[in-house]
Amino acid sequence: MSFVLVVLIGVLFTIGTYLVLQRSLTRIVLGVGVLANGVNVIILATGARQGSAPFIGGDADSFTDPVPQALVLTAIVIGFALTAFLVALAWRSWTIDGNDLVEDDVEDRLATRRAEADHLNNVPVHEDVDVTVNGEDASS
Amino acid sequence: MNAALALPIVAPLLGAAISIVIRQLAVQRVVSFIALGVSLVASIIITVDVSRDTHIAVSRLGGWPANIAVTLVADRLAAMMVLISVAVLLIVLVFAIGQRAVDEHSPVYHPVYLVLAAGIAQAFLAGDLFNVFVAFELMLMASYVLLTLEGTDEQIKSGVTYVVLNIIKSLLLLTAVGLVFTATGTINMAELPERFAALPDGVRMGLNLMLLVAFGIKAAVFPLYFWLPDSYPAAPSSVTAVFAGLLTKVGVYGIIRTETLLFPGAQSNLLLWIAGFTMVVGVIGAISHSQMKRLLSFHIVSQIGYIVMGVAIGTKAALAATVFYLLHHIPVKASLFLVEGIIEKETGASAFDKVGGLARRSGFLALLFMIPAFSLAGLPPFSGFLAKYSLVRSGFDNQQWIIITVAIVVSLLTLVSMTKTWIGLFWGEVMPEVPASRVGLLRHHRTMAGATVLLIACTLAIAVLAGPLYDFCVGAAQQLTDPTMYIEAVRGS
Repeated sequence: MSFVLVVLIGVLFTIGTYLVLQRSLTRIVLGVGVLANGVNVIILATGARQGSAPFIGGDADSFTDPVPQALVLTAIVIGFALTAFLVALAWRSWTIDGNDLVEDDVEDRLATRRAEADHLNNVPVHEDVDVTVNGEDASS
Repeated sequence: MNAALALPIVAPLLGAAISIVIRQLAVQRVVSFIALGVSLVASIIITVDVSRDTHIAVSRLGGWPANIAVTLVADRLAAMMVLISVAVLLIVLVFAIGQRAVDEHSPVYHPVYLVLAAGIAQAFLAGDLFNVFVAFELMLMASYVLLTLEGTDEQIKSGVTYVVLNIIKSLLLLTAVGLVFTATGTINMAELPERFAALPDGVRMGLNLMLLVAFGIKAAVFPLYFWLPDSYPAAPSSVTAVFAGLLTKVGVYGIIRTETLLFPGAQSNLLLWIAGFTMVVGVIGAISHSQMKRLLSFHIVSQIGYIVMGVAIGTKAALAATVFYLLHHIPVKASLFLVEGIIEKETGASAFDKVGGLARRSGFLALLFMIPAFSLAGLPPFSGFLAKYSLVRSGFDNQQWIIITVAIVVSLLTLVSMTKTWIGLFWGEVMPEVPASRVGLLRHHRTMAGATVLLIACTLAIAVLAGPLYDFCVGAAQQLTDPTMYIEAVRGS
């Protein structure tokens, strides 16, 4: 395993982790793509010793191990499908409210509103606060 | 025999291929029932086959020799999990059709549901780690689509959390599989234990923890459970029922395999802590909520703690109790969500301040809620009592006093939250107001009620047949505590 590949794996994981932690779904999609490639490089770089292509009729002793390549091939296909689905999700999110930002979860939204309401009016949350779960009011 | 092992995977996949091309609803429904029916028959055959003495069924796809073939393995645990999963999937499908909320709105529901069935079966039967990864992907991809099927704002928001979290989990699992291959030169689960034993302690522990975290996210154990209560309630009840009953259990199954076959007893202290916190945090979350679907979602987390507790204790008795707990838990959990589905379909809500007085409208519905609720809390004579009793008993035998205390207290708190649901939904004034003609509730939802009754009958049957079933579970635990049986069966001729 060459030093360059080790550095490459590190760089891919760093960039991927940074992007996945962003709020914008588009960046998360990119991050997932980069991370997935980092994982693929790990498997390829660490799993097999360098050698010749494993064809029938060649010198069996100098073969590289084909298993990691088979694994990576499968992983690439799966990664492709996942990325396609995430892009569709980002697009749908964009058509609904004009952005692709990942929102806080319901509990966080509730807690924030409660804190704001307490701070502003010193009264508990009112019915008109728009926090819905499944079309039902979750603020109760 | 070998063909039967592949059928629970192949039949639903074939069905999915057919029903994604032919988009007539009637045809899709028939195809789904045939595919799942074939799976059910095959899994019954497998279960009967493995329940004679200590037989483990092995199938090498394509007839390749043991060290390079893609292997399917069914020991007692795997066979039982496939059987109960397919049964629940079939019953929930009937419910989903009666619910008229999913397959009439989208032509992809049936194919995706079948892919989910295939993925779940493959995850249980897979004999190598990479196959486990592929099975997880198959199952998760289907679950992403099912969760966001309606494409509403709420579903997309919850879907993003679920999808991103699970993709991270998948990448972690893939990394772990890759590094396992690097360290040992194989991904075959029968060859791994021996090769792991030869590794330095640090490497072995690192690989163990990576696998544990990856499976732990899927199983929603503390502290990796946070995505579950946010995402599951967004789906239609029939989908949530399948997710709640089966998906987290696939993660738990991964943990069981990791901790019994690959790294026997390596992390039992860690798992004991995880189990305790998972139980407590889950049940406190459940008590604090006043909407049935969210409350039940937190209970999924809490119940996972019990299963992990059995794995952590790790003796034969504890594992037998764990296997029985899984068997009892899957139909009970799913049937509670089905009851919630009926309530939501009838009243449009399941929040305690919107719905009430259901016991006055339908005593039978109240009964349908009560049986699985009591069973979940572990009251006799239901299956949950036997499962919890045997777990706590195995803890007694090992002097694990703290975890037993936690388990019993959490069990009481479960009862408290079920009582809260009962008071909120079934007692009090009838809400929302209904005309006198709609007072009888279940007669308007015959299909849904029928499916729910069938599933609850399954849970009662588990309680009634607890003797022979428990013997079966003891056999499963025997195979889990003695991995050489598994290894020899996979390697042998």
